[in-house]
Amino acid sequence: MPSEPAFAIDVAVMRGTTPIAACFTTPPGLTALFGHSGAGKTTVLNMIAGLLRPDRGRIAVAGEVLFDSAAGINLPPEARACGYVFQDIRLFPHRRVRDNLLYGWRLAQPARRWITPTEVIDFLGIGDLLDRAPRTLSGGEAQRVAIGRALLSGPRVLLMDEPLSSLDAARRGEIMTLIERIRDELQLPILYVSHDRAEVERLAQTVVPMGDS
Amino acid sequence: MTLLSPEEWGIVALSLRVSAVAMLGCLPLAFALAWLLARRRFPGMILLDALVHLPLVLPPVVIGWLLLLAFGTHGPAGRLLADTLGLTFMFRWTGAALASAVMALPLMVRVIRLSLEAIDSRLEDAARTLGAGPWRCFFSITLPLARPGLLAGLVLGFARSLGEFGATITFVASIPGETQTLPLAIFAALQVPGGDAEVARLAFVSIVLSLGALVASETLVRRGIDRQRAGRPHAL
Repeated sequence: MPSEPAFAIDVAVMRGTTPIAACFTTPPGLTALFGHSGAGKTTVLNMIAGLLRPDRGRIAVAGEVLFDSAAGINLPPEARACGYVFQDIRLFPHRRVRDNLLYGWRLAQPARRWITPTEVIDFLGIGDLLDRAPRTLSGGEAQRVAIGRALLSGPRVLLMDEPLSSLDAARRGEIMTLIERIRDELQLPILYVSHDRAEVERLAQTVVPMGDS
Repeated sequence: MTLLSPEEWGIVALSLRVSAVAMLGCLPLAFALAWLLARRRFPGMILLDALVHLPLVLPPVVIGWLLLLAFGTHGPAGRLLADTLGLTFMFRWTGAALASAVMALPLMVRVIRLSLEAIDSRLEDAARTLGAGPWRCFFSITLPLARPGLLAGLVLGFARSLGEFGATITFVASIPGETQTLPLAIFAALQVPGGDAEVARLAFVSIVLSLGALVASETLVRRGIDRQRAGRPHAL
């Protein structure tokens, strides 16, 4: 039985005077949105997450339609179950690591939760960080917590926006291994934005080029 | 206490009560206005901004006169509140609180608005993708991050309303024990021959209260800024 596409995207939006459009369908696994900066890769992630409304088009994730301009469907971000790992991390500064991790988990309906906090903490190796304030974390630690926070919100897919860009070389390897394990062990479809060819070659099973096409 | 006479303590107590009630009444409105001005773009925004700031630049006596027209015995707002809630303002300490609230509003809106504008809206986006609806996002992210600014606005507004004079004396006159707050009492003492010592004592209390409020407000604002910066050590 052929599995349904992880992402079925066909969207267009004007950002200022720049038209940004994307049209692709991806199998499960990790798909890289690959292109130079300014090609609109993050814009596409924001449209899938519901943070930016496309001018027209259709967004379906794991078989559910999240947006369809023709049918008048536009789910709010909180109803989309898209875990989003941001380039700038965005941990909540007024909450400790534990409360950052559990923020989405507490909001998710029990049926949506497919991983427990203990599992995520073991998986990411962040047991020692739970009582720390986000400002005291290193870049790699903060990125792990951000990934854990997204996983615990019960997502159907993961959107990752250049998750390695704020890290040094040593930490990059660590987080890449982690992303491979999320892809293979947790079987979570991932849409991964990057402009780094080596990264994409190592991680991606499918590549969607953006811009210059 | 030997510093002040019982009557003078009464004046201080009345001033604190008037200012406290003014702030409690003013805070929800100030926060709503600050939020509108910080987060929304709508037609008439500049006009609303100007209206909010009017008490800052109008002669206070004009504000007092406008309050008389609106909230006086025959004023439309005054009659409505008297009929529905039994709330009257004329020559009462509640009127002094109303005048203080109106005069403190621009200052509070400014401080709260700045703190709201300093909040990184990307954090709110993150909360939404984690499953928080707009209200939960507001109460779990926006409001806690705005709290130092809210407190700073409250303290600063409190200090401002302790000093309120012109609108108050125009609107509710200077009635000892009812509407005669610290500045009005100082003014009254200045009119009395030999009142110098009382003026000095009351002025000293005024200075202490105002200085304390300014220090507290500044401390809170700084704490809020530190907290904001703390959220993004890696990106910047």
